[in-house]
Amino acid sequence: MTLVQHVLHKYPAVGRDNLIPILQEIQTAEGYLSKKSILEVGRYLDIPASKIFGVATFYNQFRFEPFGVNHVQVCRGTACHVLGSSTVLQELEKHLKVKAGQTTRDGQFSIEVVACIGACGLAPVICVNGEFHAKVTAQSIKEIVDQYKNRGE
Amino acid sequence: MDFTININNKSLVASRGETILEVMNRNGIRVPTLCHIKNALPTGACRMCVVEDNKTGKLITSCSFPAEPGMSILTHSPRVVESRKTIIELLLSNHPDDCLYCVRNKNCELQDLSEELHVTERRIRGVKNRANLDLSSASIVRDPEKCILCGRCVYVCEEVMGVACIDFINRGNKSIIGTAFHQGLNTSSCINCGQCVMVCPTGALTEKNHFAQIQEALNNPTKRVVVQYAPSITVSMAEELGIEPGIDINGILNAALRKVGFDHIFDSSFSADLTIMEESAELIHRIQNGGVLPMITSCCPGWVKYAEEFAPEFLPNLSSCKSPQQMMGAIIKSHFATQENLKPEEIFSVSIMPCTAKKFEAQREEMTREGISDVDAVLTTRELTKFLKLFGVDMFNIKPELVDSPLGFRSTAGKLFGASGGVMEAAIRTAYHSITGKEMVEFQVPAIRGFEGRKEIKININGLELGVAVVNGMANAKVLLDEIREGKNDVQFIEIMACPGGCIGGGGQHIGTSDEQLKARMNALYRIDETERIKVSHKNPEIVELYQDFLGKPLGHKSHELLHTHYHEREVVK
Repeated sequence: MTLVQHVLHKYPAVGRDNLIPILQEIQTAEGYLSKKSILEVGRYLDIPASKIFGVATFYNQFRFEPFGVNHVQVCRGTACHVLGSSTVLQELEKHLKVKAGQTTRDGQFSIEVVACIGACGLAPVICVNGEFHAKVTAQSIKEIVDQYKNRGE
Repeated sequence: MDFTININNKSLVASRGETILEVMNRNGIRVPTLCHIKNALPTGACRMCVVEDNKTGKLITSCSFPAEPGMSILTHSPRVVESRKTIIELLLSNHPDDCLYCVRNKNCELQDLSEELHVTERRIRGVKNRANLDLSSASIVRDPEKCILCGRCVYVCEEVMGVACIDFINRGNKSIIGTAFHQGLNTSSCINCGQCVMVCPTGALTEKNHFAQIQEALNNPTKRVVVQYAPSITVSMAEELGIEPGIDINGILNAALRKVGFDHIFDSSFSADLTIMEESAELIHRIQNGGVLPMITSCCPGWVKYAEEFAPEFLPNLSSCKSPQQMMGAIIKSHFATQENLKPEEIFSVSIMPCTAKKFEAQREEMTREGISDVDAVLTTRELTKFLKLFGVDMFNIKPELVDSPLGFRSTAGKLFGASGGVMEAAIRTAYHSITGKEMVEFQVPAIRGFEGRKEIKININGLELGVAVVNGMANAKVLLDEIREGKNDVQFIEIMACPGGCIGGGGQHIGTSDEQLKARMNALYRIDETERIKVSHKNPEIVELYQDFLGKPLGHKSHELLHTHYHEREVVK
């Protein structure tokens, strides 16, 4: 039995009531919602794939690409916003050539936007693989990310 | 239970359960709507239909608000008009400013409303929508930049067609209407029916046009350009020309197409007769030899693709007959080519169809022989009007002409193909004759006529009881197929048309067609059937001749080679 089937069998095979809990469980298990798993959920619940994709893209919590080796969370909470986190995010996206929610082609980095990670005193703050980096700037973000890249090599 | 409500200081009668909009429409008060679709559950998404509740001072959406006793409503108070105008200005703020270049120019609800509400300047400047054009489908072009997110296409695709290949994706200002995983329409479960195009208020959904190829062929001296038109075309062009609906312009259309420069003009109703010869023979063959039943018609390319995707277990039930468009195409590039001493590749074959799915059908691999398509380009009814304009044809000062012969003469049975139930009726007439050797006393079968989504009757031919069902609208077909899956076995022959009402309501027809206009088209077809003499396909002299000279007999060797095919299960995102 695949992971997705394992999740699905916990729920009755009718209607869309359990759609979101199912998607959440699959994401917890697999890290993201793959095309394959969305299609499988659709077949099980008899819901068109477009509807499931519509629901899943409505919520920020769902991602459609696997995490990178290094997962970068960029805080876009109020304090970080005031201190320029939008520029930080822009620079990061430019530097890695992917948008928030996506993973670089080599699988090294993924970007996620988070609302607040509870470190407003360090704003603007990013978190890479659980490690916090304080008071990042458009310049320093590239260096920080490159450190991780070199670490992997 | 009836009660009165007050609208614009006038007492009007309303019934419980009615929305304010319905009360207003019944009494000749018009308020603009965008997301509203008749008989659909209201979404209240666009807010265009807001009216002012005099008692609470609130603006409420009349499409979704039920009328209540004692209500007092203002439909055009300054506040209401101002807010409607603002909505339009907001919709325009991120809309492309390219009306002059848009296919829907002068036939766009957004354009009409901005004129109606006196929007004369760009007051709100927004960031323009940016999204990729989806050109992947053979039939339908999607331009999300022009989309105003009214959701009518989503409703039609899911509720009327039972396909649901598109939905709202993302949220807030990133919302777009799109397919699962942002893939192209071609890999989605889209059946190309074009009903989304019919309800789209703007140019976000349009058909893929073949103008350039046709023009090139017309100007190429080495190409012989032939054209065929579907049974429903001549009775549904009236709205496009702005004349009274339901008028049959057959003769004028022939003359107009000659003026454009088409070398030969054929009538797909002729090949509809041919379809009936083959299909009724196939039905009788299946009944007498224990073949797969119920047999289901395969004239509708929307339905065929639906079956390939959603009901592959029914593919053996599909009639192996090609659709009239493809039968005509095959005869043109074989028999006609030989007669005219032409190679198939020297002929450019155009068809005029009420349908966007026919564009898909024409390019199917099953519809090519030795790499040459039987039909090279397809024009919808809407495109035909544009095409005639381009060539300067004045439809109002033109003398009717006859269609070319052979491959042009038709019985009225072939003409009936244009309306839901028509294929069935025509097939019954010919099957009756094949089985009994006699003609039916009364040709018309009123029980399978009309707009009802599903019609079912029993027909007795010489003691053989035949259960027949006619469905239009894919969602209705889905219900019938489910019943058959569960064991329903009292039908032997089923006609399925994807579009509501059949081809007269096809996805390539005039945009903005009302129910009354649809009825007029249907009645026009019935009128033709009543007034003309040859009412059965097997009495069509040119059909008889074609079998004598070329095909031999129905289901014969030549027929199998040219007029029959079979379909396979299709993997799509669904």
